[in-house]
Amino acid sequence: MRNPYEVLGVARDATAEQIKSAHRALAKKLHPDLHPNDKDALGKFQEVQAAYDLLSDADKRKRYDSGEIDESGAERPQRRYYHSYADSPEGDKYHDVFGQGGGHGFEDLFGDLFGSGAGGAGARRRASIRMPGADVSYTLRVPFLDAANGARQRLALPDGKTIDVTIPEGTRDRQTLRLKGQGMPGIGGAPPGDAYVEIHVEPHAFFTRKDNDIHVEVPVSLDEAVLGAKIEVPTVSGKVTLTVPNGSNTGTTLRLKGRGVLDQRSKTRGDQYVRLKVVLPDAPDAELEDFVRRWAPTRKDDARRKAGMTP
Amino acid sequence: MIGLDEVIARCRVDRVELVSWIERAWVLPSRDGEAYVFSETDVARVELICDLRRDVEIDEDALAVVLPLLDQIYGLRRTLNRLSEAIATLPEPARAQLREALRKSQREG
Repeated sequence: MRNPYEVLGVARDATAEQIKSAHRALAKKLHPDLHPNDKDALGKFQEVQAAYDLLSDADKRKRYDSGEIDESGAERPQRRYYHSYADSPEGDKYHDVFGQGGGHGFEDLFGDLFGSGAGGAGARRRASIRMPGADVSYTLRVPFLDAANGARQRLALPDGKTIDVTIPEGTRDRQTLRLKGQGMPGIGGAPPGDAYVEIHVEPHAFFTRKDNDIHVEVPVSLDEAVLGAKIEVPTVSGKVTLTVPNGSNTGTTLRLKGRGVLDQRSKTRGDQYVRLKVVLPDAPDAELEDFVRRWAPTRKDDARRKAGMTP
Repeated sequence: MIGLDEVIARCRVDRVELVSWIERAWVLPSRDGEAYVFSETDVARVELICDLRRDVEIDEDALAVVLPLLDQIYGLRRTLNRLSEAIATLPEPARAQLREALRKSQREG
């Protein structure tokens, strides 16, 4: 038995209040029923209790201080603590009494573990765990035209499985598709989770999409621009014929109505905007140069005046 | 068996308070007609509640939270002990398989 002042960690001249609060702090830390696994806690706690019994009693403390009794003068009788009952079958009646929050009796837990009621009462009282599967998220890169027109694409999952994803017509970049029931499996017969697939639309060589409209720049030759022409232009749903009016210029934008992308909500189609770009022949053309040399002096207009570049 | 008066004599609790604990189902003595009959387990539990109320100075409201949590932990300890005992009776290959599965789940967890 150690010196009770040391046990409580107080000075010889500690006040009754100091002794009480030191005891309270140690009781919190060491109570054996709060630390049933800590073999040392029981011994330490009993020591603390004995020290406190001695020092909290003014009379006993005086007699101890004057040497009339030793440290064990107030030793308590051996107490059998609650945890020693609680860890035996005798404790079971307390572990289930609080119903809602607790109630994880033996049968319940093992019923959950092994998928069947391991025993009578518990299994009847509580159904075994049913837990819907977790949702999972993926991203999927989709070619531009597949997103515009709709497609089916195979998605390889990390676990080696594959799922076929139907990409609806008009799918936008970063749109998330929900695949019902394609997530993690449920437990105890509960439904599986869902898979969420975020679509990343790859850029296209010449189409760009703005809302439900498609924008494309189409080169036209000098003669097509000057004289007008019927030309074939690509759209997301195939080639169509476009009439280029005579006198068209770079930047002239023509609209192909209803040749854009299907709007998923309104089920109407956007338009395609064709921006013309006039291009000269690749190789220098002697005849054209000859003509322009004769033609230019007759022209009075200044190409940069309209742009405000000439004072 | 132990009666109400003996519990009051042995523990730091008076009649009114002890009866209130019984009414709150913190202590579950059995009945012999009108009289309460306490087992050693019940008395140990009364002593635990006394310690928590007096020494640790947990008030009644907080104890209403603490005690069910303690009971849940003791319930889980009992369950785990029974599980361990059941596992100890399994043939060695099954135990080895279980050890491996636990190691794996620990790595992944």
